Amino acid sequence: MTASATTRRPIHPPPAPASLFPYHPGSLLSAADLTLDEISHILTRATALETQDPLTRDRILAKRRVALLFYESSTRTRTSFELAAKGLGADTTLVSSLSSSIEKGETLKDTGLTLRALGAETIILRHNSSGAPWLLEAETRLPVLNAGDGMHEHPTQALLDLRTILAHLRPGTHTVTAETLAGVTVMIVGDILHSRVARSNMQLLPRLGARVLLCGPKELLPEIAAQTGPGIEIERDFEAALRQSQVVMMLRIQAERLAGLQLDLEEYKANYQLTGPRLAAQAPKAIVMHPGPIIRGLEVTAGVADGVQSVILEQVKNGVAIRMAVVERALTAALQRGGRA
Amino acid sequence: MTALVIRGGHLIDPAAGVEGLKDILLKDGRVAEIASPGKLKQTDGAETLDATGLTVAPGLIDMHVHLREPGQGYKETIATGTAAAAAGGFTSVAAMPNTRPVNDSPEITRWMQAAERGAAVRVFPIAAATRGSKGEAINDFAALKSAGAVAVSDDGLPILKDSVMRETLAAAARVGLGVIQHAEDTRMTHFAGGIAGMNAGPMAFKLGLRGWPNEAESSIVERDIRLVQELRDARVHLHVAHISTAGALAAVRQARRNGLRVTCEVTPHHFLLTEEHVGFYNTHAKMCPPLRAAADRDAMLEGILDGVVDAIATDHAPHAVHEKEVEFEQAPNGITGLETALGLSLRWLHGEGKLPLGRVLSLLSAQPAALLNLKGRGTLAVGSVADVVVFDPKAEWTYSARQTLSKSRNTPFDGWAMQGKVRWTISEGRIAYTSE
Repeated sequence: MTASATTRRPIHPPPAPASLFPYHPGSLLSAADLTLDEISHILTRATALETQDPLTRDRILAKRRVALLFYESSTRTRTSFELAAKGLGADTTLVSSLSSSIEKGETLKDTGLTLRALGAETIILRHNSSGAPWLLEAETRLPVLNAGDGMHEHPTQALLDLRTILAHLRPGTHTVTAETLAGVTVMIVGDILHSRVARSNMQLLPRLGARVLLCGPKELLPEIAAQTGPGIEIERDFEAALRQSQVVMMLRIQAERLAGLQLDLEEYKANYQLTGPRLAAQAPKAIVMHPGPIIRGLEVTAGVADGVQSVILEQVKNGVAIRMAVVERALTAALQRGGRA
Repeated sequence: MTALVIRGGHLIDPAAGVEGLKDILLKDGRVAEIASPGKLKQTDGAETLDATGLTVAPGLIDMHVHLREPGQGYKETIATGTAAAAAGGFTSVAAMPNTRPVNDSPEITRWMQAAERGAAVRVFPIAAATRGSKGEAINDFAALKSAGAVAVSDDGLPILKDSVMRETLAAAARVGLGVIQHAEDTRMTHFAGGIAGMNAGPMAFKLGLRGWPNEAESSIVERDIRLVQELRDARVHLHVAHISTAGALAAVRQARRNGLRVTCEVTPHHFLLTEEHVGFYNTHAKMCPPLRAAADRDAMLEGILDGVVDAIATDHAPHAVHEKEVEFEQAPNGITGLETALGLSLRWLHGEGKLPLGRVLSLLSAQPAALLNLKGRGTLAVGSVADVVVFDPKAEWTYSARQTLSKSRNTPFDGWAMQGKVRWTISEGRIAYTSE
């Protein structure tokens, strides 16, 4: 059959509709959901709450109900969310996939509805499946805080990383703008492919003017990563990347997600391990970060992890302050603001 | 059997080259007479349908549906799936064999066509190419054909092994059946940690989802075309199911230039939607092959307009509500499509793209009839099967998944504007659907 080119017109099917998420203004699903004003607000509240008298602070969310729903193991995130909620006076309850009806096949939807029926006013979700918090929010319409979903995002980690970076590079800054981190290069090294920490930082930091430099082997860092947003570049030469960076963010090799990938760990260490001599030679003034858990002797040497440039434990500490601000926001966000498009 | 007269409608029969105001008499399940308005000779006792202002066309043929029976009646039954087909203007549907158990036997092939299934329109089974659709041992195609199978396919899965695919093509050609290939190199889409759920690219990376690369489709299509080329004296017919990538379509185009019988179908979702519609993990935008990048979607539209695409098929794949209300990675692939194919095709291909109405209807009837060798269907020539759709081509309406006749409502087109409302669907002379 021949084409009747004269009568044809180009067809422009409708674009995808704007997202209805998040439904709840208190939700934090992706680092991309936050405006610069909201980021500034969270940073300001984190400092205020951290320094507030614990005896008055625990009236802020007195007896409010916060559920932690964890489908994956966690030390830092779970404990700091729990301490944060309790520090504001909230009651917390932990449901983990082991030792709950999730083991018997209960779905995320039903687990969420059950928690809501039990009086949970917000759910903090850690899940092994990318996008699970969107499902949970859609089904419960509660404020949902994403505490890490599969390979996708971990927005509170990006916020606590930001607080740590600001403390060292822009001390005293709480109100952020599109230029706050202008001129700063943050390198993220290692298993970018499987890292939700990397993705959240890639969403957040360029919006404050930072340049994000990704570094790692092709198996763990596909070229496509650089196309996910502005301000993101790839430098595969570890030492060249180090020389350009004020912030060095090391990532763990996620052995549990590596299934099927061939990776020679000795070769990886030779090329990408952050050692004392490398750091001293290439980035003697940079701060060294790591979201944890650290595998000493793999991505970083023990000397670097414990060294003077390491701010790894500051990150952990900042986690509590940031999560206090985020939990407070979840339970006090004015419903009238409605969902954002 | 009673007779039926459709009066005053605008008849379009692309296969017969007929277009104009005609009355049509259906009798004993066949088209008995076509005449200018008021000129039918033998209408005594016939029930009359007034089609003034409406278009009368050959009943639509969907060469790719999943009716879920036997085995998964909670998703769909042959009765409910064909009721949805009738509502969408379809009078014939070709049912894929990925049932439970897989339709790889004459017994199941016959069971699907039995009167007890309560089908509203005609069901033509497509039988499995290999035993259990495992891609190893090929079935007895002659027996399947005499039981009513109109093609063979392992749809849902590809026939990966070169030797098995070659044998399938040759054996099917010997009995005059086409081979429908689900082109997916699963070595590129199935990982130890899970199966790819969306198109590979920046968006999949950003969403933390495993990507289904274009090459997984195009490499299989290219491999299959090589096999057809090698067997070119054997009158082989390869049909590529739900083609979705520019590369695979280019390969089909080239194969046709080389004189090979290689055909393909495109679904409405692959010519209208892109990976952007996945949005934030919308499981109603999850199907296999996945929604692609805009360039691929545009290539599908171009292929429809320039004629390299042979048919529009829906890949109607019903799933229960609870099965789609899960984490994106765990949700099953597929969407329903029988009730939206005509409305979307008319709105976008005819309304926006100005593709002549006859061309759109041909892609939905005459061409799939030819691909599946359905004798006497896809045309309203006198003596052909009385499969007719009568619709208002100008009517604009909004699709509501809640009102579907399918058992399932997993569609991304809920709330979409449609053009062309089906008034009656007539299957083998019986009214199978009447709109409110």
